[in-house]
This record gives sequence, structure tokens and C-alpha cells, in this order.
Amino acid sequence: MAKWTNISQIKQSIESGSAEEVTTSYLDIIGKSKMNGFVAVSDEAINDARKIDADGHDGALAGVPIAIKDNISTKGLSTSCGSKILHGYVPPYNAHVIEKLKDAGAIVIGKANMDEFAMGTSTESSTYGPTLNPWDKERVPGGSSGGSAAVVAAGEAPVSLGSDTGGSVRCPAAYCGVVGLKPTYGAVSRYGLVSYANSLDQIGPLATNVSDIATVMDVVGGYDARDSTSMKHENNYHDALKDDVDGLKIGVPEEYFGEGIDENVEKSVWDAIQKFEDMGASYEKVSLPHTKYALASYYIIAMSEASSNLARFDGTRYGHRVDGDNWHDMASKTRADGFGDEVKRRVLLGTYALSAGYHDKYYLKALKVRTLVKQDFDKALANVDVLMAPTMPAPAFKIGEKIDDPLSLYLADVNTVPINLAGVPSMSVPCGMTDGLPVGLQIIGNHFDENTIIRAAYSFEQNTDHHNNKPPEVA
Amino acid sequence: MITKEEVEHVGWLARIEIAESESETYAKKLNSVLGYFEQLDEVDTEDVLPTYHVADVMNVFREDVVKPSMSQEEVLSNVENKQEGSFKVPKIM
Repeated sequence: MAKWTNISQIKQSIESGSAEEVTTSYLDIIGKSKMNGFVAVSDEAINDARKIDADGHDGALAGVPIAIKDNISTKGLSTSCGSKILHGYVPPYNAHVIEKLKDAGAIVIGKANMDEFAMGTSTESSTYGPTLNPWDKERVPGGSSGGSAAVVAAGEAPVSLGSDTGGSVRCPAAYCGVVGLKPTYGAVSRYGLVSYANSLDQIGPLATNVSDIATVMDVVGGYDARDSTSMKHENNYHDALKDDVDGLKIGVPEEYFGEGIDENVEKSVWDAIQKFEDMGASYEKVSLPHTKYALASYYIIAMSEASSNLARFDGTRYGHRVDGDNWHDMASKTRADGFGDEVKRRVLLGTYALSAGYHDKYYLKALKVRTLVKQDFDKALANVDVLMAPTMPAPAFKIGEKIDDPLSLYLADVNTVPINLAGVPSMSVPCGMTDGLPVGLQIIGNHFDENTIIRAAYSFEQNTDHHNNKPPEVA
Repeated sequence: MITKEEVEHVGWLARIEIAESESETYAKKLNSVLGYFEQLDEVDTEDVLPTYHVADVMNVFREDVVKPSMSQEEVLSNVENKQEGSFKVPKIM
């Protein structure tokens, strides 16, 4: 039977037993799972755990199993981005975050399912089929890091890494009732993360509690010269684990409670804000006036960057190849066959938005609107410490419900994409339930001020019991 | 609005083969998204500079020092089509 655990419980099990036993029990749980959260399980996990046992349990994550989203390069372990075009690809090197995790003694236990190339909100577009939501198996786990969230919620891994381009860590965290952080752009190296939209992509952790998020961030965060947008910014995330929000100033952006918001989601989030007030914080309503344009700006930028980033998948150096009469024919056939529908749509739209005659109308315009969206955050966060809003306007939807209507899927991202445009950090924490499904509270902070977010989220967790809600089959 | 012919042209630019039977469906789905993008026209962006990325860095340089790189064998480890240490592809022209 799967269990919700945290890192300190795992460490106790390792001390009283061994890392090998812990890893074996997780592999056993994963083997019996019907969630389709993992797309690959590591053959090396047991050996790695034995090595940790032999070397002593020194590292910050010594013997702690971790699930890795399938778009983060793991040497010797397949990395397919949920795509047919990369099926069977085995990276010859580790991403920066994997090097750091291994140095800290973590056990990379397997690769988590995702929307193809991280393009989606539901994990339905994976070539390996959808991941199920542990709370309701007819529903999506959110996306694009749906596997990373579902396996943590289902007790198949204590912690995981996802990536967040427009909400891909926070959305599934909210839908699966776990904690997920999108760090500040530049806080975690993207070296070895397969790029989707490189000016927006950021790797982030998911866990059952806030403290574990800080633990993983202390390991994976920090400067790396191999990512030219990595920032030299020292931080100790654990220092922020304080139950104290006295005097904290919260801004509540009215635009994030707009049309189509679920009544119970709205109520849960307001109850949470009220709770913060009871704990000594204060709140005021604020406005982020360009929110309504953020979604269009985001999609134009993300698709444009994707059309360039995904040019490398041409059947030449890795992955799938379909034969053709010449190179162009081979590449065109390979990409037509290897990419799924949504990826093709985004690459085509991105190519169109960058093509002669349309560049200024779409791409340049979107970049200018991005400036306005970012300025909204700069202004609002000059007067308050954090912003609070629903992560997702509604709870997890049913599998198949939106897959044929791309625009309706895009609209679900309305509260998450502006954060990536601005590059600020944001965390989703469980704050209640609606019809048996979890609701996520989004806490947004200033650039490199993750610690204020962590302190707020940790205090909320200490004074409420929402994080103790567990999916039906998880004891 | 994007036409069937434009879809085929964009498919060529993006190196994604699009069958004639698919181009109309693509045009329809792409147009629904492009229609949504049109709303940006109402935003006044006169005198607004574009934001390409938000990291507070420009012109990131490093010392030009030779460091070890991956072996040829590792680099070629994911392809069957290789010859004499190179990736093998069909003729380009």
C-alpha cells in the first residue's frame, strides 16, 4: 500500500533499515501502480541505494528516492519528453539538477510522465497515454508535469522535479493536492532540461509538504555557468521555514478571480487569506491590469520559442527517423510522424508568428505586452510582500473533456502564465477541497524572494490541516 | 486569417509534412487560436520596449579555455545511421 511520506520519515526508515529497503519498497509500489505516472523506472536505483548504504548516509538527500520529469536529462536513463520522436533516447550526460541531486545522495527512481514536450495542462498528450489523477481516476492530474505531481500524491515517490513554463508545476500540484514551486527564472540551472520555451522554462520541485520543497531547492538551486541565464544568487531556503507571518502584507489581485472561476475554489482561497489575517498578516486588493492579455502574449512567445527549440528534432542525431528521398524529405516526414497534434500545432503557429510579414504583428507585439505584464507585477509587489490567488480557476477536469479544443485548454492557464512572463517565483499549496478534488492556493513573490513565499506557505501548513488530505487509496 | 496554402507553406518552413487532406483541419484549428491572439491589437504598446527574457544579465561571456568534451562514441550513441565518426543522412540537395 502506498503511503504519503516526507523526507524526514524516509531518513528515519533509512537509519532504522537501509536505503536499499526504502528504494525496494518504492519500486514495488511503482510496479503495482495503475496511475501511469512513470514512463521509465531506473535499473540503477537499487545499485545506487546500496552504494549510499555502503558510503554512509551523509548527503542532504542520502537515499531519498526522487521522480524526475521526462524532459530532464538523466545519463543512462531514457528521456523522451513524452514524445514518439524521442522514444528510446538515452542522454549521454546528466542535467545540472541531476548532478546536484546525485551529489546529495538522492536516488533517481524513474522518469515521470508529461504532456509531449511540456505543452499542455493535462498530461493527455504524452505518447505513453494519460496519467490518472489519484483523487479521481477519470480526471486529469493537470500538466504538463502531471506524472511528477501524481506520483507524489499517490505515494509512489516522496518528492519529484517538474518544469514550469506557464504553470506546469503549479497546475498539477493544485489538481493533485501537493505542494509545487516554480522558482524565479534563473534560480535553477536549465542545463540538461529539454527546452520548450527557454525564456519561460524553469525547473521546480513537488512534494507533500513545504519543508521538503526547501530541502530540494537547497540542493538543486544555485549558479551554473552552463546556463547563460543562471543567476549568481546565494540563498538558504531552509532558513525560511518559520511559523511567522506577523506583519506580512498580502495583495489579492482581483483579475485572478475572474469569469469562470469555480465557486468553491473562490471560497477556499478567500478562507485561506482570512486564515492568514487571523495569523497576523494583512491583505489588500490589488490590480494587475494587463492580466487579460497575458495568455495571448504567453502563447505567442512560447510557440515562437518552441518552433526554434524543437528544430533540433530532425531525425539526424537522436530519436525517431522516417526515411526520405533527401534530408528535407526525411526531416519533414520524421517530424510529421514523430510529433503529436498539439506539438505540431504549436510549432506551426510559432513558425507563422515569426515568419516574414507576421513577426511584428505577433511576436514583437507579444514581447511588448510581456513588458506591461511584468510592470504590473513590479508595481504590485512594490507595496505588498506576496500576492495570493487561486492556482487554477477550477478543479481537475475529466480525461478527454478538452483535448479536441486547444483554446479551451489554453484558457485554464489564465492564472499561471503571467507569472512566467514576469519571471517571479510562485508556489501552489493545498488550501481545501471541492467535490472531492483538491484546490490550490497560489502564493507569488518578488524576484529571488522565494523565502517569503516559503515562510508564508510553511506558516499556513503549520496552522491548517489541508495538507493532510490524502487521495482515497493512499493510507 | 491563415489560408490552406499558408498552412502548407508554414509546414514547409517548419519541416513538418502536411498532407493536402490535413491542411484544411489545421487552418481551422490554427485560425481559432490566431483569432484569440488578435485581442493584443487593442493594447497600446507605443513606446513600450520588448522583453525577451527577465534574467538580469546581458552578454554572458566566459574565458576561452579548452575543456574536455564528450567522446565521439557517446555523441553517436543514439543513432544507427553513422559512418566514420559522423551522423549519416540522406543527400541534402
